[in-house]
Amino acid sequence: MSEMMTGAEMVIRTLQDQGVEHIFGYPGGAVLPIYDAIFHQDQVKHILVRHEQGAVHAAEGYARSSGKVGVVLVTSGPGATNAVTGLTDAMMDSIPIVCITGQVATHLIGSDAFQECDTVGITRHCTKHNYLVQSIEDLPRILHEAFYVASTGRPGPVVVDLPKDIQFKMGSYTRPTSNQHKTYRPTVKGDIDKIRAAIELMASAKRPVFYTGGGVINSGPHASALLRELARLTGFPVTSTLMGLGAYPAADRQFLGMLGMHGTYESNLAMHECDVMINIGARFDDRITGRLDAFSPYSKRIHVDIDPSSINKNVKVEIPIIGDCAHVLEDMVRLWRQTAPQVDKVALKEWWTKIDGWRGRDCLAYRPSDEIIKPQYAVQRLYELTKDRETFITTEVGQHQMWAAQYFKFEEPNHWMTSGGLGTMGYGLPAAIGTQLAHPKALVVDIAGEASILMNMQEMSTAVQYRLPVKIFILNNEYMGMVRQWQELLHGGRYSESYSQSLPDFVKLAEAYGGVGIRCDKPGDLDAAILEMINVDRPVIFDCVVDKTENCFPMIPSGKGHNEMLLNDYLNETGPVDLGSVIDEKGKMLV
Amino acid sequence: MTQMSTIYPPATRVEPISRHTLAVVVDNEPGVLARIAGLFSGRGYNIESLTVTETEHESHISRVTIVTTGTDSIIEQIKAHLEKLVPVHRVVDLTLTGDAVERELCLVKVVGKGEQRVEAMRLAAAFGARTMDASLTSFVYELTGTTEEIERFIKLMTVVGLAEVSRTGVAAMARGPEGM
Ligand SMILES: Cc1ncc(C[n+]2csc(CCOP(=O)(O)OP(=O)(O)O)c2C)c(N)n1
Ligand SMILES: [Mg+2]
Repeated sequence: MSEMMTGAEMVIRTLQDQGVEHIFGYPGGAVLPIYDAIFHQDQVKHILVRHEQGAVHAAEGYARSSGKVGVVLVTSGPGATNAVTGLTDAMMDSIPIVCITGQVATHLIGSDAFQECDTVGITRHCTKHNYLVQSIEDLPRILHEAFYVASTGRPGPVVVDLPKDIQFKMGSYTRPTSNQHKTYRPTVKGDIDKIRAAIELMASAKRPVFYTGGGVINSGPHASALLRELARLTGFPVTSTLMGLGAYPAADRQFLGMLGMHGTYESNLAMHECDVMINIGARFDDRITGRLDAFSPYSKRIHVDIDPSSINKNVKVEIPIIGDCAHVLEDMVRLWRQTAPQVDKVALKEWWTKIDGWRGRDCLAYRPSDEIIKPQYAVQRLYELTKDRETFITTEVGQHQMWAAQYFKFEEPNHWMTSGGLGTMGYGLPAAIGTQLAHPKALVVDIAGEASILMNMQEMSTAVQYRLPVKIFILNNEYMGMVRQWQELLHGGRYSESYSQSLPDFVKLAEAYGGVGIRCDKPGDLDAAILEMINVDRPVIFDCVVDKTENCFPMIPSGKGHNEMLLNDYLNETGPVDLGSVIDEKGKMLV
Repeated sequence: MTQMSTIYPPATRVEPISRHTLAVVVDNEPGVLARIAGLFSGRGYNIESLTVTETEHESHISRVTIVTTGTDSIIEQIKAHLEKLVPVHRVVDLTLTGDAVERELCLVKVVGKGEQRVEAMRLAAAFGARTMDASLTSFVYELTGTTEEIERFIKLMTVVGLAEVSRTGVAAMARGPEGM
């Protein structure tokens, strides 16, 4: 059934038909008709952010914590260019976003009109796909297609650039009945012969490890359940990337913790010494592999990925399986059950003994203090005091992000939102806002650094406006700690511009925004202060004053292999790690 | 690590580089060429030549022929990334499907007098080039052939007064009865 309406009305109708409840946006001249259409209805609620970058990150948090598509609406020119960082972030982390940008009227395109920019040109490289709408007839199809492309296959951001004259034009709207696309058809089912070969290889393994990633999260909660089942059936150890945390429960005995640059000793050594690696939905990112030619030198590899271009990109694999994690895992579980393979119990037992030995190194131990709050301790206390309630964690980027990943234990998927691929400082607060909106009753905490939080601090105003009681938990070390750590590593401890000078008083800042400010600088006061934060039903900025000198360990320095990890000398056995001497000239070129 | 000897390969493995001709069937929508060109520039891949024209007008389908070079793994990446582009229907590696027909057209302007001019005419005749324009001091020749033939022709023409070259880039098609 078709209905006549304006282009602007079609935008809102599409959102309604797609079941969208919230969109994040910021108005401007080129989207005024759409804002007028928003005004005339209340099914789709608009959240007014304070910066368009914030709109995209909020939509990312919303999407990642709920499994839905995040929707963004911004104006032309500066509205679109401000959204670029968020779009790139969503592209790198495969987050489904539909971003509608206003554009100058069709006849003005190319004339350097006021607030004109080549949005499709600028966003071509940071979107999964983008569209410039050229006629009202195309609009309903393009809008629905945008949702389809964003949310299927390897998810990602899609931009629909919509000229203002088309927003005013009348046209006929029908909701498309099928998603059949003439060229875009992502592979979902894995090749069953390859899966069979994978099961055979797994059955013969003596030192296997599951290496799981964000693909399991993107594939939905069902994929996480299947991963747990397969791990239980096989008894194999499981490690996860930063993006995959929560897919497998952190407290489970088979879980080795995160792997990679700041991963655990046991994870990285298991990756190094394994003979069969089962990669489910991870992409052999350089933060994971370290020095490529030293990466997992004894293993045969299985790689499950929905994106064919991820296969053999960085690391060659013996058994590539292109498909959606949940579908492939389902086949794997079924085949493992059917074939009930005779695994090498003796070898697997030896493998676990070895792993337990590595675990015994207790690589996340640190030297405690009763005078000064150790950042690791702060995250541990936050975890202990929040683990019995529904808690979602977002982060900014830096040392605090790695400590959050290491010390906060995630039991369920979709509860951990962090900027992994792009590493965008300023992600955490808007992402927390989006997450809180999707989960109004839950506790949402942005584990932040004092430098990062200032990048999108303005979103505090959004949190206050919509009564979203997000908690900003700043591990304030008065440094861009991660930069400082690398300057120790590479540049003789010359702390060029990495000191956080002229910081605001975060307590007063919270109050100025209409939120609540809390400061804590003594380990003895920490629990009470965290409880106070949790119990306030308003946005809180928690200024947690921590040790300024602490570094993030374990660490695989750039250019090194997994077996060349630096560990925290908490027992004072080797003396403090001399970061200045560990990286060679070639490693310095890497980031 | 006792029983396992190191199997680290040398740090820089040298993989041989080869040239591939890819046929890419796309929807002829605005920006599709920019997507393809941007993919190559953004990821640092080579384009030796790229030709494109709409080949099926009713359905607005274009065929893009790309000649590129890279290691086998880079060629695989290029194809995977091309296939991921939403308006791309199909990518066929004509270099893998066998000895494809590959032709290129060039226009060559030579300017000169006397013996040089006569020599230019002789060479053009030897290559089977067609004369598209002639004046008292110049010729424009058209030659269709493989990239190598055209390279050879142009190299010779340089000696006898080459003034200008325009080339189409490669158009290619697999041999035999099967269509793409
Ligand atoms: C937008 C952006 N700019 C620069 C960087 C580089 N960078 C990575 S971590 C970091 C320091 C972060 O400092 P802070 O937020 O205080 O976190 P800490 O490392 O101290 O925990 C910087 C500048 C980045 N990741 N993102
Ligand atoms: Mg800091």
